Amino acid sequence: MTGIPIRRRIDGQSGNGAPGPRLRRLEPAAITGVMSREVANFRTYWRGTTFSSVLEPLVYLLAFGLGLSATLVDEVNGIPYVQFVGTGMVATAVIFSSAMPAMFGTFVKHRFQNTYDAILAAPVDVEELVSAEMLWIGIRSGTYGCVPLLVTIGFGLDPAPGMLLVPLFCFVTALGFAGFGVAMAATVAKIDQFNYVTALFVTPLFLVAGTFFPIEGLPEGFQVAAQLNPLHQLVELVRGGAFGFEAADLARFAFLVGFALLTWRVAVRRMQARLID
Amino acid sequence: MTPKLRHVAAIELRGAVKRFGPITAVDGLDLEVPEGICLGLLGPNGAGKSTTMRLLTGQAIADEGELRVLGHELPGDAKAARAEMGVVPQLDNLDVDVTVEDNLAIFARLYRLPDVGAAVDRALDLARLRGRRRDAVDQLSGGMRRRLLLARGLVHDPKLILLDEPTVGLDPQIRTQLWSLIDDQRSHGKTILMSTHYIEEAERLADEVAVMNAGRVIARATPAELIAAHAGTQTAEVYGPPERLTEVKAIAEEQGLPVRPAGPAIAIVGAERAADGAVPVDAVVRAASLEDVFVLLTGAEAE
Repeated sequence: MTGIPIRRRIDGQSGNGAPGPRLRRLEPAAITGVMSREVANFRTYWRGTTFSSVLEPLVYLLAFGLGLSATLVDEVNGIPYVQFVGTGMVATAVIFSSAMPAMFGTFVKHRFQNTYDAILAAPVDVEELVSAEMLWIGIRSGTYGCVPLLVTIGFGLDPAPGMLLVPLFCFVTALGFAGFGVAMAATVAKIDQFNYVTALFVTPLFLVAGTFFPIEGLPEGFQVAAQLNPLHQLVELVRGGAFGFEAADLARFAFLVGFALLTWRVAVRRMQARLID
Repeated sequence: MTPKLRHVAAIELRGAVKRFGPITAVDGLDLEVPEGICLGLLGPNGAGKSTTMRLLTGQAIADEGELRVLGHELPGDAKAARAEMGVVPQLDNLDVDVTVEDNLAIFARLYRLPDVGAAVDRALDLARLRGRRRDAVDQLSGGMRRRLLLARGLVHDPKLILLDEPTVGLDPQIRTQLWSLIDDQRSHGKTILMSTHYIEEAERLADEVAVMNAGRVIARATPAELIAAHAGTQTAEVYGPPERLTEVKAIAEEQGLPVRPAGPAIAIVGAERAADGAVPVDAVVRAASLEDVFVLLTGAEAE
């Protein structure tokens, strides 16, 4: 037997000299096909998800906004505290509706339901699979992220044209955290290791995002670190949408796009390593 | 490489090797499946059957060797190859909360079918689940789920079908149902590669059987040819206390007859060649079977 060494090449990428039609990379049909699976599943559980995503910001606003503003804080940087927290809560809604489902959903589909084995037996590659999962979470989280803003409007925040960009800001940020979650799901060995991910990343990121208190109050080191927190950039962008943008917001948006691109590539690579033997 | 004039094989593996750390799951596998036949890949657990299946879908990438499926070179063109083949997995990985028809529609879309509705209807007929189309999968019986799993892999009417242990762990009634569905596909001229460790499954469905052990094919022919070549025509099963069986075994082996364990008994293979006294009078003599071949070649007890 002669062993002919072959280069380890992940399918979907270009090769040479092979017969037959080569399917392109990132085919829209493959991506929408995978997303249609998510939509079909979502139809079975949307009520619960929607209920909690509306109730949660309401509870937070009542507890922090009304509770704190009645006793300790009136306003922050000229913004009534309820509105300060309400706009910041958008970021909380985004991370919890993107990183968490990406982590747990991906892990469960991969390890317990063998869903990805089924999908990858069809003409779909890992890059398309991951992209579709991220896009779906981005769209869903981009939508749910707007809920706290709408609730805050109910608490007296004036609608502003800049708010129309909030779904886009949420979508891009959610893409980034979806990629983060998928990459983590492809890295942990057991589902309870997500406790480390939550404690080390998710909780600090959402607490030091400028949602409940302004970053400026923190020691200088933390302030610099907070600038690297995508959630903080999202909070600033949402407040820009509500109270007026500034020039730096363009850079913030570019940062979020970069974050999404980076986690997308990492998630694809991690999942390729996990799913392809 | 020498160009060959004959028809392109649906599957062509040459010297395929797949290692997982220190374990070599597929070890220089040569396998050719011509179009239009059902090839049974028969081997004990751990023989490398599932890894071979994953190599064919590009879900595992060979360390060495040449792999071609429906004219597509793997792993580079695995996606194009997958578009033309249907895969029925060993494990049920249906979406349990979603309806029967949605499970099929999702895969009709993944296979880029222009008319998803028509494909779903066809698959529902195949699985005989038209009346349950709007039920969630977790409301189906085990047999229905298995039929749906099969129909999902066939939703795009593929030329080539990979069945990975299609009836493992199922009760006999469900197994028979699935066999008739698979046989339907075979009679429609589909090429089928079916891995199994059930002798009966291979006997019933496969035109040819490739016996796989330790990552390579060690024998391949039609079931009848395999039996004739490796087991002769008659097998004699002898029951009795262990001491007696040891004695009978020794005599038969002295005459050069292979003896294999058969549950509580031993089986003297090629009993037609036995000289006087090798086959005890109380032995049960029966026609040689694929099971005899399987156990002799792989050393594994058959299921």
